[in-house]
Amino acid sequence: MNKKQKNLLIRIIIAAVFFVPLYLISEEFIETGLPNWAVFILFLIPYLLVGYDILRKAFKGIMNKQVFDENFLMTVATVGAIVLGEYGEGVAVMLLYQIGELFQSYAVGKSRRNISELMDIRPDYANIETEDGIEKVDPDEVEVGSIIVIQPGEKVPLDGEIVEGNSALNTSALTGESKPQDVAAGDQVLSGSINMTGVLKVRTTTEFDESTASKILDLVENAASRKSKSENFISKFARYYTPLVCYAALALALIPPIFMMITKVGMAGYASTGAVWRDWVLRACTFLVISCPCAVVISIPLSFFAGLGGASNQGVLVKGSNYLETLSEVKTIAFDKTGTITKGNFAVTAVHHSPLDEKKLLEYAALAEYNSSHPISLSLKQAYGKKIDPARVKDVQEISGHGITAKVDDHDVAIGNEKLMKKIGVESHPCHHVGTIIHVAVDNIYCGHIVISDELKEHSKEAMAELKKAGVEKLVMLTGDAKSVAEKVAAEVGLTDFRAELLPADKVTAVEELLKECTGSRRLAFVGDGINDAPVLSRADIGIAMGALGSDAAIEAADVVLMDDDPMKIAKAIKISRKCLRIVKQNIAFALGVKVLCLILAAVGVANMWVAIIADVGVMILAVLNAIRCLFVKNL
Amino acid sequence: MKKSYKIDVDCAACAEKMEVAAKETEGVKDATVSYMTLKMKVEFEDGADVDTVMKNVRENCKKVEDDCEVFI
Repeated sequence: MNKKQKNLLIRIIIAAVFFVPLYLISEEFIETGLPNWAVFILFLIPYLLVGYDILRKAFKGIMNKQVFDENFLMTVATVGAIVLGEYGEGVAVMLLYQIGELFQSYAVGKSRRNISELMDIRPDYANIETEDGIEKVDPDEVEVGSIIVIQPGEKVPLDGEIVEGNSALNTSALTGESKPQDVAAGDQVLSGSINMTGVLKVRTTTEFDESTASKILDLVENAASRKSKSENFISKFARYYTPLVCYAALALALIPPIFMMITKVGMAGYASTGAVWRDWVLRACTFLVISCPCAVVISIPLSFFAGLGGASNQGVLVKGSNYLETLSEVKTIAFDKTGTITKGNFAVTAVHHSPLDEKKLLEYAALAEYNSSHPISLSLKQAYGKKIDPARVKDVQEISGHGITAKVDDHDVAIGNEKLMKKIGVESHPCHHVGTIIHVAVDNIYCGHIVISDELKEHSKEAMAELKKAGVEKLVMLTGDAKSVAEKVAAEVGLTDFRAELLPADKVTAVEELLKECTGSRRLAFVGDGINDAPVLSRADIGIAMGALGSDAAIEAADVVLMDDDPMKIAKAIKISRKCLRIVKQNIAFALGVKVLCLILAAVGVANMWVAIIADVGVMILAVLNAIRCLFVKNL
Repeated sequence: MKKSYKIDVDCAACAEKMEVAAKETEGVKDATVSYMTLKMKVEFEDGADVDTVMKNVRENCKKVEDDCEVFI
């Protein structure tokens, strides 16, 4: 608790200790003949003690022509009650209102701290290596290219490349992934991760302002200032609602008594005209107490804030409450293929060999391609896995659009597509596998083929199932790849549709077509890896970039950034947003429902002031507790 | 130009009032106040003198909610 809150707590306790016995025995005071003014003064003590700041704020509000706010409502209601002789009610309302305020301020402060702890990636210092040893400096002061030393247990202060040392890094604050990541010299490290086991020497590659940690913090902090439709609705609502209720209360206090006095209808129930006025004015005061909008006004932004905080803790950065709202309405998702559903690294997935054995075939292929840096050559070399001795290879000839011929260990090796085989007069066997087929011929004898294709990500299939379960209707893949490849991938992971052989510009058109099919409040999300798909990311209702740590363009263009490239996170993001929005709707419905009910009960005279204030504070506490649930999204 | 300032305020409704007051200050193009992060983001009009504008923003905020602070 901060000083202000402690202060208020003390005031509440003292006032309560004074007020409760006073209220219980006040009946007897009056019976013993204590004058009314003495009772009034006794009640005035706790009232002023607990409520003086509310009175002052209300007064200042009136002076500044900002009349209608909660302070004004509470002041008018309590002063009204006291003037009518209901001292106990007047003080109780003020006391309970302040308890509510204290709870609200405490709860918000607490969740504010919780969320900043979740996102505790801001480094406090960097150990810079200088000629006279190690110096502790502010991360802000470290220049690009400096060597910094990171001890076990310390946070990585700046992005950089390891020059010395081995260690395991805990990146959970960045990616939500709790498995440590092993790193060694030459690897990149991201600021905000925690060094766990060994001492690392790192050459920095960014300044602090440009580092991953500051970018993420910036993003999270700015997220709360992009307000959702619900938040805008509530703040507009509060702007009209409070004055409206005040006028309604005024009408309630004046119109029925005047009407009754003129028409004499219902006067029989009252002892005198004074009693009529007293009853209706008191009802109007009760009305004012109920009408305080704090429960909704506080719980809606708190829900979103907690939702954003909980999501970022899971490695899902949502750039604003408005996007959280859109995300919850997503019914169609368009995916990029490479890097999103598949890993984007080509690998040898099958080797069909006849005279030679598998290893020999790969060896020839890898040797012949040793000089090329084409992704296909790289995957061949990776599959071969051993060091290549260039001396074994001679006369390499690249035949564009066909393949390569070379002399390996004095054998004529030709590797490439069907056209190449035809060209050298070798009959090739077709393959039933989908992917890029590399035929190999040695000394003009066909020796088999190697299938190279992109691998699916481990969780792609599960992710699609999860998304369908979460209520996403259409899962469409957009790819530049051949139809056969797209068809196979789509069937394998369980997509509902795909569009193949698209040029980058066609993807935008495809998304636009899909957007036309989204009717009503259905929204379309596009998921990409952020490379080359910035236009599509921004064209969709909501753009999701995955594995985007370190890619500035993607972070810039996307609305939601998934920090690692696990497709399961898409479903997670949607579930988080749904939960958050569900809680927001619950709170709006619950708070407004109870208020409307109590307003009606107060107007007809069923609910008294006690009911009113308990309903008001109770609803607020329940709504705030419900809002905090948004923070707990780990097991969704 | 955009700048972000720390603020201190006690209730969500008061933060709303501060936002409106900041927006209406001369030299301010747009402003958002987040009660949750206790931050005020101000976008200044071209050529506005940031220091004077912010002093006015603070003054206007105090007018609508005297229990608030803008840390310039």
